[in-house]
Amino acid sequence: MERDDLIVNDSYALNSSHSEEEGAKIRKNVWKVTGILTLLTTVEVLMGIYFKRSETFTWTMIKWSFIILTLVKAAYIVFEFMHLGHERSNLKKVIIAPYMLFIGYLIFIAISEGFGHLGNFNTLH
Amino acid sequence: MGGEATKSIAKDVLWGGGRSPFSVSYGKMMMWYFLVSDALTFGGLLTAYGFVRASSTDAWPIGEQVFRALPGLDGEYPLIYVALMTFILIVSSVTMVLAVEAGHRNDKSGVIRWLGLTIIGGFFFLGSQAWEWSHFIHGSGGSFLLAENVTVTADDGEVFNLSKGDPVFMDHHFGHLAEPWIEGEPNFSLVESDHGIKLVEIGEHSHEAELHALTLNKYVENESFVSGDEAMKLWNSRSGTFAFGANMHDNEYAIQQAYANFFFFITGFHGFHVFSGVVINIIIFIMVIQGVFERRKHYEMVEKIGLYWHFVDLVWVFVFTFFYLV
Repeated sequence: MERDDLIVNDSYALNSSHSEEEGAKIRKNVWKVTGILTLLTTVEVLMGIYFKRSETFTWTMIKWSFIILTLVKAAYIVFEFMHLGHERSNLKKVIIAPYMLFIGYLIFIAISEGFGHLGNFNTLH
Repeated sequence: MGGEATKSIAKDVLWGGGRSPFSVSYGKMMMWYFLVSDALTFGGLLTAYGFVRASSTDAWPIGEQVFRALPGLDGEYPLIYVALMTFILIVSSVTMVLAVEAGHRNDKSGVIRWLGLTIIGGFFFLGSQAWEWSHFIHGSGGSFLLAENVTVTADDGEVFNLSKGDPVFMDHHFGHLAEPWIEGEPNFSLVESDHGIKLVEIGEHSHEAELHALTLNKYVENESFVSGDEAMKLWNSRSGTFAFGANMHDNEYAIQQAYANFFFFITGFHGFHVFSGVVINIIIFIMVIQGVFERRKHYEMVEKIGLYWHFVDLVWVFVFTFFYLV
């Protein structure tokens, strides 16, 4: 097994340099991700224009789809553009896990306290 | 662990333990740690925004009704402008990935081309945000609060029982002259006109604007227009409290000031990140042209500033959702 974490001849990490052919493959992937991000943003904007805020179940669904689409976009940016998806898995975990833990807890505690006066998540609109 | 000895190790670049943790260089890993802490800051700010919004008992402004103007055009284009800003930032993120990719091939001219385009995209975004802020600060007509309870019939026949303190919105032309008139500037006066009242500016450039229609629920629900005698009824019930656009003390968009303050702070803090990102990009761009990385035989620095730049895009994706869409 060849070690891949050594800094040799000024090449500092995995995928630190690549050939023209590999580059073409990477560029193709970049354009694919660009297309996906543009498409998702367009869908979000059209939904934002078309659906009006209301106290209906439909709006609740729309709102959650905004959040899910945002998380999908964020995942593409972090894992593809920021290259985290192609790094060692222990680096991935060290970046993602603490963040999810802290922010997940913060969101939970702040939003549930924020809605305290309503006593019910369903009135969220 | 066969194979370890097959690679020669440049000792001066290894960490004390003899290897590079996580197979990334020190600089890149520290950039990641910085970004995690910065992401916690933005996550905290957006969560605070969600907390205040969730605990607010007043209606919260709707993004597509607050942000629906385009520079130089008069009509309504909900979300189009911010969608354009989002697209500009995504594209500049793409050019940054391509700059990093060119760096991996030691393609100096490729790095120069794509990094240059990234910087231009950054300037476009900053310009757009400046316009957006300017529009938000100046507002679109302004509002006044009612001094007493009023019952009015809107143009579509709907009857509104308004309470003391409810906001009523003026149109762009009338509000534009109302602001200096409220402030007591001498050239502005309120006079009777054929249809009701109008504001007149006397002086070198004389302007006038009639009170055509007033708007109810401009930023929170389906808006309703009130005109003619009913509009006069609202106008005559006005209190002395007016708001034009937004500043740190009052705003026309919402009863609560938190909305405008969060807008200023979060988009401002993000804009500051974009600005510093552009500055860093320019510094590295100059170093690329000077051939610093060519001599170093790798373009890792482009990768590190690339991480920062993508992070700025990442934050905007969330700001876009929570300020404009949800």
